[in-house]
Amino acid sequence: MPARSARPGFVLDVDRSTPPTLFWHGEQYHLERLPAGSRVVYPPEALPALEHPDAAIRHALLNPLGDSQPLPSLLRAGMRLTICFDDISLPLPPMRRPDVRQRVIEAVLDMAAEAGVDDVVLIAALALHRRMTEQELRHALGDRVYDAFAPQGLLTQLDAEDPESMLHLGTTDAGEDVEISKRAATSDLIVYVNINLVAMDGGHKSVATGLASYRSLRHHHNVRTMQHSRSFMDQHRSELHSSNWRMGRHIAACGIKIFQIETTLNSNTFPEQFAFLQRREWEWTARDRATFLGVSKSLDRTPARLARSIFQSIRSPHQMQSVQAGEVEAVHEVTTRNVYRQQLVEVQGQSDILTMGLPYICPYNVNSIMNPILVACLGLGYFFNLYRGKPLVREGGVVIMRHPTPWAFHPVHHPSYIDFFEQVLAETTDPLEIESKFEEGFATDPWYVHLYRTSYAYHGVHPFYMWYWCAHALQHLGGVILVGGDPKAVRRMGFKPASTMRDALEMAEDVVGRDPSITHMHTPPLLIADVK
Amino acid sequence: MKGLLFERSLPRFAAARVASTVAPGGGSRVGPLRLAQLEEPPLPGPGWQRVRPRLAGICGSDLATVDGRSSRYFEPIVSFPFVPGHEVVGELDDGSRVVLEPVLACAARGIDPPCASCAASTNGNCERIAFGHLEPGLQTGYCADTGGGWSEALVAHESQLHAVPADMADEDAVMVEPMACAVHAVQSTEVGEGATVVVLGAGTLGLCTIAALRRLALPGVVIAGAKHPDQRRLATDLGADIVVEPDQVHRAVRRHTASLAAGRQLTGGADVVVDCVGNQTSLAEALSIVRPRGTVVLVGMPGPVLVDLAPLWQREVRLAGSYAYRHQTFPTAFEVVHAAALGRLVSALYPLDRYREAIDHAAHAGRRGAVKIAFDLRKGTSAAPWRMG
Repeated sequence: MPARSARPGFVLDVDRSTPPTLFWHGEQYHLERLPAGSRVVYPPEALPALEHPDAAIRHALLNPLGDSQPLPSLLRAGMRLTICFDDISLPLPPMRRPDVRQRVIEAVLDMAAEAGVDDVVLIAALALHRRMTEQELRHALGDRVYDAFAPQGLLTQLDAEDPESMLHLGTTDAGEDVEISKRAATSDLIVYVNINLVAMDGGHKSVATGLASYRSLRHHHNVRTMQHSRSFMDQHRSELHSSNWRMGRHIAACGIKIFQIETTLNSNTFPEQFAFLQRREWEWTARDRATFLGVSKSLDRTPARLARSIFQSIRSPHQMQSVQAGEVEAVHEVTTRNVYRQQLVEVQGQSDILTMGLPYICPYNVNSIMNPILVACLGLGYFFNLYRGKPLVREGGVVIMRHPTPWAFHPVHHPSYIDFFEQVLAETTDPLEIESKFEEGFATDPWYVHLYRTSYAYHGVHPFYMWYWCAHALQHLGGVILVGGDPKAVRRMGFKPASTMRDALEMAEDVVGRDPSITHMHTPPLLIADVK
Repeated sequence: MKGLLFERSLPRFAAARVASTVAPGGGSRVGPLRLAQLEEPPLPGPGWQRVRPRLAGICGSDLATVDGRSSRYFEPIVSFPFVPGHEVVGELDDGSRVVLEPVLACAARGIDPPCASCAASTNGNCERIAFGHLEPGLQTGYCADTGGGWSEALVAHESQLHAVPADMADEDAVMVEPMACAVHAVQSTEVGEGATVVVLGAGTLGLCTIAALRRLALPGVVIAGAKHPDQRRLATDLGADIVVEPDQVHRAVRRHTASLAAGRQLTGGADVVVDCVGNQTSLAEALSIVRPRGTVVLVGMPGPVLVDLAPLWQREVRLAGSYAYRHQTFPTAFEVVHAAALGRLVSALYPLDRYREAIDHAAHAGRRGAVKIAFDLRKGTSAAPWRMG
């Protein structure tokens, strides 16, 4: 029997017969009965995976897009080759072995070996993210790659605070400093291996952000850029995109050659035992319902720490849906089309209230704790911005998020977040004021620099960037309500706590008026709302 | 007259100590303190006057005494039975109001020539507090001969009295003695211009210290650790620049001083740390956040503590005590109390009859949004159990 083709995303109008809707709630989930007349936006089903991923990768490397020669033609003995790859923040959740990066890098290394290239260095493109552990690197690259390069010091992680390892390449026409990894900039070829989970990943952002220093990043990781990116997922209306493109073209103009490899994944996000998370509620089987009940009841009795550890151990069955390689912009154009094909859902008009259930993971808490700043960033920075055209919620509307939002931080991964939360947000939640008053102090704090370079800490400025991601939403919205969160932590961020969804909807009416229109984003799996 | 009497009774000491481990202030119910009908203390000699307390505060050292948690160090320098209470604004027989300077130094004890400390006007350090014609007692409120503020009358030597300005409310005046302790701490510590000063604790002493620092020294940044929301509000209001919860002090100091950290120890740190808590945790915290060659000042009354002094030794930290004051400290204390309107820190007043409630309130002051709890002994007033802070 032929496999059923993937159904597109769609918008459900809730009526009295609609079963309750699943909301993520950190390491738990709840069923909520939304008022009749509400809309629920469902993501498209997972697209078919590439049947022979390794062959597809080889095909992409041999048949590049845009003005690029096939990879083997770019490789020669005696050259300096630098292979850069996305870090632990992608994909989400981490995928089952073999990771896409391992498949691609092994293919690239095979070709490099065939061409007699000896000078090969791998760089994890951390930018200002935390360093990856050996276990995480092995997971992403495979043991064979790790064991071949790490012992010789040829598997490196970007240290954007080491002046000796960074190179300033001048400024763009707009006066933006471009400073990237010296090893990459002085190589004959950079091969960048991407996992493009959402539309803003990849393109010139790979090198211009992933290999860049604070000096460079501050030109686009700022409040103004975030407020003028509407949204990050729409290249034509994203100032973040524009700035990265200016930098990318400047890098190209400096004579630096980049061979871009981008991969997209289908939305097969959760393993079989959590399959109900990807099904529409009215299609749940008896087994799905039983699993939901069993898992929910178990999680209710599971200590938070254990629940976190269980969820963080999930390895996603993501499958590669496309791979393309060659010149950066040509590659990214095709990649974006593929991401849209998997994630885009057409939605008619905005609503007064947007609800969302926030899961246990975001790009910055893999194997870590989802602290309150990351909760805000996931909801208001990422989910809110998963739109093309207009936000799902009208200007002055309200976002209601569901997440336990504990006042908890990972002391090794997020030390500057603790200070940001305790000291900066205690004084103000205004992104502009925070930027002008506190950013530089945190960015240059020698302790945070030390921990970023030698431990596994996000850079001192990173919590600021998380807050800036929220800037567009904070400017757009009339209110933010968090259901089921630690009230003290929620209030610290300037949001309103609510015990139940019903309470939250009543509170939202004080802002948007009676009988509001409501839209719920049923994600993850991820979707991008194409709001007409 | 009515008064609260503290008697020597070992079983009751023990009971108080046990009760206080269950709930601070619990010693008032089972300990050696009781409400009694007492004879007014006789005037010990010329130069002595009778003082009728109007308001008498409950201090942290009083609570430690009531709960049987005071250091045994004090045993030879107190005499039983005594009436507690050393934060006193009272009235003389002529109707004028005075604030009591409770230290019972050479002048009060009839010792002439005075000891070296009293000769140098540092009467807080008097070397004769267990000698002379009075029973031992480092202060009024710990001496069997003088009575204390938690009663309707005490006796005080003229060297112990400071006139209260006519326009000063009793609530302000009762804050003068604790403020004098804070003034003395600030004046006896080298606080350089622009220095980073940390104040641990935001009870009465901590808040008074913040107010004194802002008016008598030129610190750059004052960082305060305060446990309760009302304390944090008051600390900010009185001049602290960064106010955080106690478990956030370490990070706040590290951030502000751009210090690194080696384990729990900051490599740099604050120039001065004023410990207004005085327990093992606060002293250890102070040593971990003070810079090399910086100063830790103990203002809160400590007891026996177990603290690792290795950082003090290796970083050449100066650890200084700050007790009481000089006689000349009081005029300044009056000024600071007036300028900072510190009468607002008096949160609740109780009649003597309700002493157990008063002590319980004082023992939980921070948690209950209060700062200073006092007894109201004024005739014709009915003490309200709660005042706006």
